[in-house]
Amino acid sequence: MSEHLLEVKGLKQYFPIKTGVFETTMLKAVDGVSFTIDKGETLGLVGESGCGKTTVGRSLLRLYTPTEGTVIYDGQVVSDKNIQGFRKEMQVVFQDPYSSLNPRMTVADIVGEPLDIHKLYDGKKEREDKINRLLTLVGLNSDHSRRYAHEFSGGQRQRIGIARALAVDPKFIVCDEPVSALDVSIQAQIINTFEELQQKLGLAYLFIAHDLHVVHHMSRRISVMYLGKIVETALSDDIISHPMHPYTQSLISAIPIPDPKLARARKRIVLEGEVPSPMNIPEGCSFRTRCRYATEICKTQEPQLRELAPGHEVSCWNPQGL
Amino acid sequence: MDEHILQVKNLHTSFKTESGLVKAVNGVNFNLDRGKVLGIVGESGSGKSVTAYSILRILDHPGEITDGEIFFRGEDVVKYSEKKINSFRGSKVSIIFQDPMTSLNPVYTIENQLIEAVCLHTSRNKHEAKERALEMLELVGVNEPKKRLKQYPYQLSGGMRQRVMIAMALACEPDILIADEPTTALDVTIQAQILELMLELKDRLGMSIIMITHDLGVIAEMCDEIIVLYAGRVCERGSAEEIFYNPRHEYTKGLLRSLPKITAKKEALIPIAGSPIDLLNLPDGCAFASRCDKAMKICLEQQPEELVINENHLASCWMNVRKAYEAQKGEQV
Repeated sequence: MSEHLLEVKGLKQYFPIKTGVFETTMLKAVDGVSFTIDKGETLGLVGESGCGKTTVGRSLLRLYTPTEGTVIYDGQVVSDKNIQGFRKEMQVVFQDPYSSLNPRMTVADIVGEPLDIHKLYDGKKEREDKINRLLTLVGLNSDHSRRYAHEFSGGQRQRIGIARALAVDPKFIVCDEPVSALDVSIQAQIINTFEELQQKLGLAYLFIAHDLHVVHHMSRRISVMYLGKIVETALSDDIISHPMHPYTQSLISAIPIPDPKLARARKRIVLEGEVPSPMNIPEGCSFRTRCRYATEICKTQEPQLRELAPGHEVSCWNPQGL
Repeated sequence: MDEHILQVKNLHTSFKTESGLVKAVNGVNFNLDRGKVLGIVGESGSGKSVTAYSILRILDHPGEITDGEIFFRGEDVVKYSEKKINSFRGSKVSIIFQDPMTSLNPVYTIENQLIEAVCLHTSRNKHEAKERALEMLELVGVNEPKKRLKQYPYQLSGGMRQRVMIAMALACEPDILIADEPTTALDVTIQAQILELMLELKDRLGMSIIMITHDLGVIAEMCDEIIVLYAGRVCERGSAEEIFYNPRHEYTKGLLRSLPKITAKKEALIPIAGSPIDLLNLPDGCAFASRCDKAMKICLEQQPEELVINENHLASCWMNVRKAYEAQKGEQV
């Protein structure tokens, strides 16, 4: 039995796109991603829109059927056949608390639905108790269980989403941009809720977000994605202080810092150009078209993730700051 | 002191809805100086966009300016005739919107839309406008500008579309550019490009910018002056340094505390309790009082007056009055 709670190996997710009458091109949303998550750990997954971070979360949960690759949960290989059993172990919290809750269901029914599906109660009374306990756990008033989702604010709705995910008592939750739709003052409340629940229940998170401030705060380790591949993984403090991949460097230097003196003193690495289309990924290193350190080898050979410092993996032919 | 190019005095804007009067902006005051960047920061529903739309008088029905004055070079924009406001928009003050995907017309080419803006607001003829369009695309750093002119919005990426929006906004050489969350829909590396471009153009063309955003990071990078809005009221306003390093309103302090920072050690975040306020039922006292952990009796009863903290800083919070009172008492003892 492996020591990791979750192990993802060579995950690929391609989508066929019609480009002509008889032509289809493969959109390589995720193209060979591997990582591990330990029990009670948070792995952050960052990258810009279209880099495939959301798809990674969805295809490891088999909301899509992966094109290739294996997902091993607690020593068992997850497949289409046995995924139902894993739904109780692996849950998800979505980005948009407005569209991910059914407007025609009461809060009690939204949170109770997973209990119904997995038959996790004996009788009405126990169901109600469980729902009330879940609502209290995420910081909602259990008296509000008869209300509908539209009666709640964005932050409260996200709490309902978290309660629903926790209903089946999972060990692992994919958090897909769970705070990016919320106001700054509410964001901190939800982040703290995630952290408290992790400590209380020993949850492991895959925390997907584009905001590096939030991801750094939440995660023990961070993986940076670019065009369907992980380009760098390290402890979250290391990746911020010593980014080695040129893309990570420019990403970090582009984050706005809420401190006027620091923000104006620092040097920005502004990237030229834009992300190539995932239907037409450059050969060799996919970042080379925007990289200022690109050399001949980058054009022909694809770099693989290598451990260049303890716990610090980079896929680059010319890693910086070694 | 510099001549203020824009002065907003006691602006009130409300929306008459079926469920009651929504008071979106309640007595906003600020000045904008030539060549400066003013940041308006606040959460959703704080009235930052409505303030901007009021300046241009492009409020959606049933929005209405109910009180206050907006002085542009000494003239009150609120009293402008329909004809005058049309020539004011675009050529004096122009705006770029948050979403570059939906603010361009999908059925016209980029060239068409740029020419329309130029012909509408200047005396240039079509041929000159065409040249101007090309010139503007070059200015905002669109690659292959000649080819782009013939393209439709769907053929451009998000960053390119926002560049086109900026080109359109600047085509008539406005004195003031209002940017309403211009980079919120963009990725950070593209955001960095756009912010850099805006600052560079500001210096080159000598205009002023009003930057509206909820992102304190963007504010810190861009702005000379900042106003913090909550429930349509100004919590405090002042220089960027004053607001970030010497906040004097509990809401601003709370906002700064609740931000996770990559530059700081990881500690539990201190969130602001409660939820945003209901604009249909504004309280008599300070709008933030119900969420403020330092709220006193007076905060619930009476709105705080704007107090001068120093020459670069004004704040509306009763805590400042209390501090002043305590300091005075301390001296007497």
